[in-house]
Amino acid sequence: MTTVRATTGPRRRMTARPAKWLSRGVIQVFLLVIGLVWLTPAAGLFLSSLRTEEANASSGWWTALTAPGQLSLDNYTALLKDSGITQAFWNTVLISVPTTVAVVVIAALAGYAFAWLEFPGRDWIFLLVVAMLVVPVQIGLLPVAKLFGALGLFGSIPGVVLFHTAYGLPFAIFLLRNYFAEIPKEMLEAARMDGGGEWRIFSQLVLPLGRPAIASLAIFQFLWVWNDMLVALLFADNESQPLTVALQSQMRQFGSNIGVLAPGAFLSLIVPLVVFFAFQRHFVQGIMAGSVK
Amino acid sequence: MPVTTPAEAPATTRGAPPLPPRGKPGRPAAPVRRAVRRRRRIAAVFLLPALLLLGALVAYPIVFSVIRSMYDASGDTFVGADNYTEMFQDPATLRAIRNSAIWVVFAPALLTGLGLVLAVLTEKIRWKTAFKLLMFMPMAISFLAAGIIFRLAYEQDPQRGVLNAVAVSVHDNFQGENTSFPTAKARLGDKQLTKGHDGSYRTTHRTSPGNTVNLGLVGVPPKEMPPAARPAASAAKAPAADGELRGVVYLDFTPGGGGKPGTVDRGERGLPKLSVEAVDSHGKVAAKATTGPDGSYRLTGLAPGSYAVQLPANDFAAPYQGISWLGPALITPAIIGAYMWIWTGFALVLIGAGLSSMPRDVMEAARMDGANEWQVFRRITVPLLSPVLGVVFVTMVINVMKVFDLVYIIAPGPVQQDANVLALQMWLVSFGGGNNQGLGSALGVLLLLLVVPAMALNIRRFRRSQS
Repeated sequence: MTTVRATTGPRRRMTARPAKWLSRGVIQVFLLVIGLVWLTPAAGLFLSSLRTEEANASSGWWTALTAPGQLSLDNYTALLKDSGITQAFWNTVLISVPTTVAVVVIAALAGYAFAWLEFPGRDWIFLLVVAMLVVPVQIGLLPVAKLFGALGLFGSIPGVVLFHTAYGLPFAIFLLRNYFAEIPKEMLEAARMDGGGEWRIFSQLVLPLGRPAIASLAIFQFLWVWNDMLVALLFADNESQPLTVALQSQMRQFGSNIGVLAPGAFLSLIVPLVVFFAFQRHFVQGIMAGSVK
Repeated sequence: MPVTTPAEAPATTRGAPPLPPRGKPGRPAAPVRRAVRRRRRIAAVFLLPALLLLGALVAYPIVFSVIRSMYDASGDTFVGADNYTEMFQDPATLRAIRNSAIWVVFAPALLTGLGLVLAVLTEKIRWKTAFKLLMFMPMAISFLAAGIIFRLAYEQDPQRGVLNAVAVSVHDNFQGENTSFPTAKARLGDKQLTKGHDGSYRTTHRTSPGNTVNLGLVGVPPKEMPPAARPAASAAKAPAADGELRGVVYLDFTPGGGGKPGTVDRGERGLPKLSVEAVDSHGKVAAKATTGPDGSYRLTGLAPGSYAVQLPANDFAAPYQGISWLGPALITPAIIGAYMWIWTGFALVLIGAGLSSMPRDVMEAARMDGANEWQVFRRITVPLLSPVLGVVFVTMVINVMKVFDLVYIIAPGPVQQDANVLALQMWLVSFGGGNNQGLGSALGVLLLLLVVPAMALNIRRFRRSQS
């Protein structure tokens, strides 16, 4: 028995090792292929955005890999001269930045109240907010459109901002309230003992301590609004439409509009990508936390 | 100034000060009461903007939609539940419901599965951070941009859409070497060749083995001639051996003019990689060959008799054009594919986080006990990960039910109805020409009802985390 064991032991290990090494190689190749597959469609659009209309009509973007001479920035210069597109780009900024600020400020106030202020019905109201987390925007479209129509907000940037803010709030309040609630009770009580008013405690203690959560929230909210199409499709008019809406109106003649759509899509996704690479950790955390939405 | 002592505090919120207990015996002294009232005022100020917005733009619309869904298109007549029954009778809405069901059945399961497999595999490589970063990137961009990316990738023309370029090259590799010349045909008034019903060409007269048969075709534009095509003249004169028919298939057209119809002039090129068949007197194919670069073919091993030489129909068939990704049959799977491109990174990162917080020693112990990787995966990794997998799955179900932008962007106009989903149908019915806000509201309410389980789950999860 012992001799058998002595011989099988090492042999097993010797066969196991190359097998492991081999399987690791297979895994590497597999993941490399997956990575390439993931990269290809985006690379395709990017290269297409750098090719002329004729080149895109007559040959595939992959020909540019072997003949890089066909690449030029002409589409981009043409796009940036198009006042409709640049206007839409600024509209996107004018919609997403104020919305982000509004959501963060309003949710921070409410989150603080839910976490640290006492008032009757607090827990019930907060549960209502939790319930609103998954309410689909669709349910708000028609009634709010009527409401905004009556208020003269329909087809304007403030209308879009208000709608986004309202639908961003449940998650924002949920996130910040939970984060603020983790602040040690002693710190707040010490501040209250020192005679700090609620506003001072909020602005000088809670806000600085909540910075990581606020950063994640701000990034998530900014991207959510920057990337939105549905809300703006309804609530914005031609003057106030963001980039997504301006571009989707070109989709009907997709084939002949690649020269506008491809660089336009890159114009719209360059900002999120910069945000992504600049704030990777907050970004991932924000998305993860926001996934309950 | 604590109102309650810790002992009385109901354990409702973690870390947060508890509510003042209700029904406390005796009334607090006046200054305390004033302070409480002051605090409530402050709380109201802090909450006011949020509650105002949520009330006016979230809560009120829900009530409005429920009521509106019980009125007809114009909003004048109360119709009760008619809009809800119509939902399941109107063919377009029914198709949207069916497609949404397809989404819910397939997308979350596929995403969770793929995310799980990738997360387990990424654990074994050194560049896992880079890989996760790459896979997560699509989460940053809009559905619109992703839609444009995939609309291009799914283009039908293999000269433009990368997926069909791959499909065509794979197909051509499997189909063998044959090419086809869809525009090629016999010269008008040609007596040598007769066109068959299926588009094939056959020699009008039969010949016995040992003869040379040269077949001239026209109609191939010079730019569509394969660069490999060689002049056919010398091969055309080669004598045939016993038991074989040979000759050339050539383009009977001399560039620059001067050629004589029906003869293989110098400079006229052969048509390469075409199939050629010898058909016996019973109409059966007796031999097959493929033309060389100079258009030459040899049909060998023929028994004595008389044969017609045939160019089969697929020599003239239109080339394979790839898969119709954006056609009515495949549009929903195609859009789900694009959706997976966006969300796989999410599943991967979330499951990967769960994986890295798993107790390593359990897996190591199992391996020591002789479990193979599959058993470790199946019996240990997956069960331990099941809470995370559940979160990913539920998140995806909620998201998938609301999918709108991708369908709106990727599906071309004519197949939009085939790709229709609930959220899109709600949009189309209410604003996109349907103009039936009663039915639109009912669809909105349906969407809300569908996420109610998720709502309940959120509330339960929250309450449990608080106790």
